[in-house]
Amino acid sequence: MSEKVLMKGNEAIAEAAIQAGCHHYFGYPITPQTEVAAYMAKRMPKIGGTFLQAESEVSAINMVIGVASTGKRVMTSSSSPGVSLKAEGISYLAGCDLPAVVVNVQRGGPGLGGIQPSQSDYFQSTKGGGHGDYRNIVLAPASVQEMASLTVKAFDLADKYSMVSMILADGTMGQMMEPVSLDIGEVKTYDKPWALTGTKCEREHNIVNSLYLKPEELEVKNFERYEKYKAIEENEVMYEEYLMDDAEVCVVAFGITSRVAKNAINEARANGVKVGMIRPITLWPFPKKVLADAADKCKAFICVEMNMGQMIEDVELAIRCKKPVYLCNRVGGMIPSPEEVLAKINEVNENGGAF
Amino acid sequence: MESKRITLFAGHYGSGKTNIAVNYALRLKKDGKPVVIADLDIVNPYFRTKDSEKELSEAGIRLISSEYASSNVDLPALPQDVYSIVDNNTEYAVMDIGGDDRGAYALGRYADSIKKENNYEMFMVINMYRPLTRDVESTLEVMAEIEAACSMKFTAIVNNSNIGEETTEQDVLDSLSYAQKVSEATGLPIRLTTVDEKLYNILYGVVDNLMPLKLQEKIN
Repeated sequence: MSEKVLMKGNEAIAEAAIQAGCHHYFGYPITPQTEVAAYMAKRMPKIGGTFLQAESEVSAINMVIGVASTGKRVMTSSSSPGVSLKAEGISYLAGCDLPAVVVNVQRGGPGLGGIQPSQSDYFQSTKGGGHGDYRNIVLAPASVQEMASLTVKAFDLADKYSMVSMILADGTMGQMMEPVSLDIGEVKTYDKPWALTGTKCEREHNIVNSLYLKPEELEVKNFERYEKYKAIEENEVMYEEYLMDDAEVCVVAFGITSRVAKNAINEARANGVKVGMIRPITLWPFPKKVLADAADKCKAFICVEMNMGQMIEDVELAIRCKKPVYLCNRVGGMIPSPEEVLAKINEVNENGGAF
Repeated sequence: MESKRITLFAGHYGSGKTNIAVNYALRLKKDGKPVVIADLDIVNPYFRTKDSEKELSEAGIRLISSEYASSNVDLPALPQDVYSIVDNNTEYAVMDIGGDDRGAYALGRYADSIKKENNYEMFMVINMYRPLTRDVESTLEVMAEIEAACSMKFTAIVNNSNIGEETTEQDVLDSLSYAQKVSEATGLPIRLTTVDEKLYNILYGVVDNLMPLKLQEKIN
């Protein structure tokens, strides 16, 4: 009998979170991520955990702050408009250096946009979204299996660095069904001496706070936090290289568009075009080094994105604009077809080297 | 193919109801019967009977579906035409019910008429490779929740155990004892075992009441 199960991406996130020791989930329904909440509602009571449908996304993220302060693993999930509502709470989590996992199953925007898939929250997740100087670790799954494995990874990184890890998926990844192995291996745990667990009159009070009355102290705190971010940029970058050994054209794509791009690349390769792909798995920290190295070998880059060109800015920065970078995009809930990507690959391969 | 006038497909979220309902309707139509298919799913705005609109209309099957299905309007609305299924008993009707108890609530408003006519089959679609219906006990739990939500009782079981494209003939064979146990626990017969058309020839003659499925594609 197959050890695998058939799951929707959203369900895989929820089950993987539980397996990773997350027994507290706070959410609010929004298409296309509602299955995360629905799954949690069924499972949490059976394992003695907490599922709570808050009265709004704002409440849910503040409940996350509460549980995170006690050192327990905690998660919330939403889709684009709902994540905007959570932005204030995410900034507070960053200011308090609290670990938590936030899931964004993106839909079209801005505003209410539409319920079809999108990747237009790249800026929001990787550059901030909330106020202040801070970063989130951002993981971009490209299969239902990765929806599970990267959720486990997200909890690990959140605890390791005491900060927010985001899963940046999209409506397609959330809704599609694929076989999944839920064998997630051993779950690492971390000491959290800062957690609010009660002093029992045996230690000094712990205080979780993001307010600093002295500007000097707030400055030091910000510098310290960026030392941590530097370590993450050095140690936690994840990416996949596909047929890059002899590639002259480098496609850069994450999540669902990387799957479309793979089909197009296979087709182009069959016609003798030397094209490969670098797929960032961590969108922050961004895989700058591998892209910079590729810029020495390739003549041009193509970013395939379901937005108006967001990751493309990070690619241009990473390669110091050494080579031209072209955009192949669809928006509004539309997904680029392999044929569209193939046409772009052929066009760039023929004309691409020059500015 | 022997069929009651109304055939209802309900079950756990993602168990394969829509795909089976469309295939079942096409099969009824092949037998020369007048067929109508109704999409009663008010839970999932994505994978809908409407995705098969072209194939259904080419086959001459009437489709009743919310005009908001597969659109950006995430509205749990049902078209008034659904009443034509219970008001007019000259057509064979296939009803695709939304997943779980949440999806089955919408069926409740038609339950009295369906039960009064008493010429229906209500299938519970089961898949042991879905994480929340891995065993008999959890499957029975989902069944009871659905029955309570729509005020109707299941009359038979459809075993649709699969893990998507990776499904092997062995995966199907391994699911037979699970389906048998669900059948024994509920007293309901296993009316169909559904498999992808690629596995049909391999399993034909090995598994009783086998029905091939052509995977319906999501349209953008």
